Amino acid sequence: MHVAILGNGIAGITAARHLRKRDDDVKITVISAESKYFFSRTALMYLYMGHMEFKDIKPYEDHFWEKNRIDLVFDRIKRVDFEQQELIGESQSLSYDVLILATGSVPNTFGWPGLDSKRVRGLYHLQDLEYLESVSDEIDHAVIVGGGLIGIELAEMLRSRDKKVSMLIRDKSFWSSVLSKPEGDMLSEHITKHHGVKLIFERNLKEINAGADGAVQSITVKESGEKIPCQFVGITTGVKPNVDFLRKSNKLEIDKGILVDAYLKTNLPNVYAIGDCVQLREAPAGHKTMEQVWYVGRMMGETIAKTIAGNPTIYNPGPWFNSAKFMDIEWQTYGLVPAEIEEGQEEIFWKHPNEYQAIRMVWDKESKLFQGINVFGIRMRHERFDTWLREGRSIQHVLEHLNDAYFDPELYKSSLQLFMDAVNKQYDFGVSLKKKSWQRIFKLA
Amino acid sequence: MKRLQQFGNIITLLGLLCFTVTLFTGPFVLNSDHIELLSQKEQDIFAKSLKENVVGKQFNTSFGISSEITALYTEINNTNKEAELWDLVSYKSAQDFAAPLVSAASQSPAKEQQTGFLLLTLGAMVLGGLMVILPKFKTYGYKGIKHNHIYQKDITSGKGIAYLLGGYLIAFYILLYWFPAYIVNWVHLVDGLSMAISGNPASRWFLYGFMYCLVMLVMGVRMIAKYRHNRYQIIRTVSVIFFQIAFAFLIPEILVRFNKPYMDFKNIWPLDYDFFFAWNLDQMIAEGTLGIFMLVWGIALVVIAVPVITYFAGKRWYCSWVCGCGGLAETAGDPFRQLSDKSVKAWKFERFSIHGVLVLAVVMTGMTLYSYFSGATSILGLETYTVQKSYGFMVGSVLAGVVGTGFYPKMGNRVWCRFACPLAAYLGIVQRFKSRFRITTNGGQCISCGNCSTYCEMGIDVRAYAQRGQNIVRSSCVGCGVCAAVCPRGVLRLENGPEEGRLNENPIIIGNDAEVTLDLGKKR
Repeated sequence: MHVAILGNGIAGITAARHLRKRDDDVKITVISAESKYFFSRTALMYLYMGHMEFKDIKPYEDHFWEKNRIDLVFDRIKRVDFEQQELIGESQSLSYDVLILATGSVPNTFGWPGLDSKRVRGLYHLQDLEYLESVSDEIDHAVIVGGGLIGIELAEMLRSRDKKVSMLIRDKSFWSSVLSKPEGDMLSEHITKHHGVKLIFERNLKEINAGADGAVQSITVKESGEKIPCQFVGITTGVKPNVDFLRKSNKLEIDKGILVDAYLKTNLPNVYAIGDCVQLREAPAGHKTMEQVWYVGRMMGETIAKTIAGNPTIYNPGPWFNSAKFMDIEWQTYGLVPAEIEEGQEEIFWKHPNEYQAIRMVWDKESKLFQGINVFGIRMRHERFDTWLREGRSIQHVLEHLNDAYFDPELYKSSLQLFMDAVNKQYDFGVSLKKKSWQRIFKLA
Repeated sequence: MKRLQQFGNIITLLGLLCFTVTLFTGPFVLNSDHIELLSQKEQDIFAKSLKENVVGKQFNTSFGISSEITALYTEINNTNKEAELWDLVSYKSAQDFAAPLVSAASQSPAKEQQTGFLLLTLGAMVLGGLMVILPKFKTYGYKGIKHNHIYQKDITSGKGIAYLLGGYLIAFYILLYWFPAYIVNWVHLVDGLSMAISGNPASRWFLYGFMYCLVMLVMGVRMIAKYRHNRYQIIRTVSVIFFQIAFAFLIPEILVRFNKPYMDFKNIWPLDYDFFFAWNLDQMIAEGTLGIFMLVWGIALVVIAVPVITYFAGKRWYCSWVCGCGGLAETAGDPFRQLSDKSVKAWKFERFSIHGVLVLAVVMTGMTLYSYFSGATSILGLETYTVQKSYGFMVGSVLAGVVGTGFYPKMGNRVWCRFACPLAAYLGIVQRFKSRFRITTNGGQCISCGNCSTYCEMGIDVRAYAQRGQNIVRSSCVGCGVCAAVCPRGVLRLENGPEEGRLNENPIIIGNDAEVTLDLGKKR
């Protein structure tokens, strides 16, 4: 059996690795037009900032692939012939018995005039980074459109080389689709005050103005008509599934992403899809139909490998988790924490008086069921929260045992007592922090 | 600020230049009184020839007078050997023989104007260094990881000027270990200081110890500026500096002042490879109560402290909190930590080499003790003295000094600790098989970015573990904590916890349905 995996991001590579673990004989080919070898996309920013070199962001040494008999093909697939089960690339064609589509995503754009000017680019592919590097010397001021995770990474990158950076953000506060206003405001303060990035809220891009050389000279703001001179425009208004080249076939069912069932199977026989390019027909409990993050790619890769190895398995992820770093502030989240709590929910938000540390917890008002946590500047143990969420623990239980989840480095001064004091001021739970217990953490007898 | 730092760089370089030039200052004139510095036997053999050929002559540099004396020494020695006049043969190296004479003969301004020259050389380097480093508390900006441009600068990416720095360090160590007669002017710089502390003129080892402390102090301030958000790093840095200055430098010198045996109470066999050498044992035993305490203390460190403390806290208690070699690596070496080789190949070589050195150390010490108690000078045709001498040369000098520090700018700051330190090997075996220490991986949060592996000075591919949700339990980990510090997603934590579950060999990455990969672990 020949399994072809289109795309060598975290989803495709995890599928390939797990498939090899499960099946010694299957022939595995991974195809990518971006880079022969798998690299960590989330680490691209560190190359530009000089923290690492390309060799450092490859999670496996080059000999790994040969050793595990995973064939790597560096080619751009132009078309998939689903009937003949064949991939038609620019320099070769490949036939497959099973196809896993893991084509990832591409930057979202909204058809702004001037989008194809020089020095206008997203930050997603290795080639985007190479392009940014090649025009870097020409940049004095950059405008970043969109204030999400990639936007803030791009801002950090450009600031590392002392470029002036302005961010044009559609919403009232930073990353307001995910964070509450106080959370976003704390990040905004840090980004502005300590990193010199200008945040422009509630403004949209109207057009990109290029000079005679075809390169961007300024952008025009929709609301005010103001022109902001700049030599680079970073487009970071989210990502969308990279599926346009697959739409031509008319056979594969695609909505926003490739539609798959709970087994990650498309409407076509022997064709599966995983990762950013996917849209689940039905969302698993506590999840959305599209979740374009690293971790989901990895979990889908694990799942599909088992299915293809002859053990059909439903994609059934556990409680939601995610993390990011906004300049110097780390963020972790476990469970579901809406930007604004809904009817029937209660929350506590605490912010450290002097540090960029904050915690927000959400629970069900009636049943006191703990639902999720956002935590900034403090690290928490994933395993603890995963367990509490799966076991359906109450907010009181979680608060009481919070020290078990504390994950900051040794010798740090914990702020959890400060947080507890704030909780007890606002709510009448009457709980206090228990001492950390290894026995509870490791469920030792 | 930037100006101040540039100025500081210039002052550091000028200090380094002055330091280097000091080597070439003179003149050197040996007079007949100086010959009395030699032992009576040496005087009998060499005085006549020295008086005829060297005394009263003026030499411009230490190199000139040294080569004259060493040539003379070698010639007479060879003549006597050929004539089989074994009583008249001296077994010192020619450089060791020449050093005290050259030192006495020096009329260099470095000797005459010690304070001035000390300030001009080491003083300027410290001042310049601090002018670069202190502003970092401000220029580093808001507290957090400061790794911008590390791979964009030659000095920290092992290119260009890094070779120059490495070359200078290597040359320094070669001179220090094997050419004491050439560097007498350097040693004179700290004569006054040595008199004040131990009551003796400085030896080259005093100079080295003093410079070691200075470098650790200045670069320790840099480490604290860089990690000022991280209490683990700050306390650890203060700890290594304290142990270096108090235990490795001051206490031994003060012991000497009171005519007690020189001892670094935190140096542990087999790193302290000559602890069981006959001269050291005899010296301690002859000393009475304090000497016996030293002997018992030294043995207790090996048989009790290492296993017990390593069981509770991992080898880090020594390697990155106490040890001098580790201390230099964690301060002066921090800018180079990313240069360590992370390949599987390097790991294979490391396991072979470091345990090889441990075996050598044990064999060498076994022979030493056998000889000590039995009186036999050789075992199975191998002369104990030769084995000790070869070990000291290869391990004590070449690997620990020349390679260990000289290769910082090319192979990272833990070359010695990773590939050759026999104590690290011993601590590592305990850490790997019987310890509560591990680096915990935080569930499924790893994004495989590679910061942890890149900045692991021991060349551990931390990410390989983190991305599969596995704890990091490795004999080589010195617990510096930098992987945890640089992780952008809060994935790693150094912990001392229960042994049960510490080695999670077939981990399930938290986040997915656990059933999905459960069978993979069982399969194996």
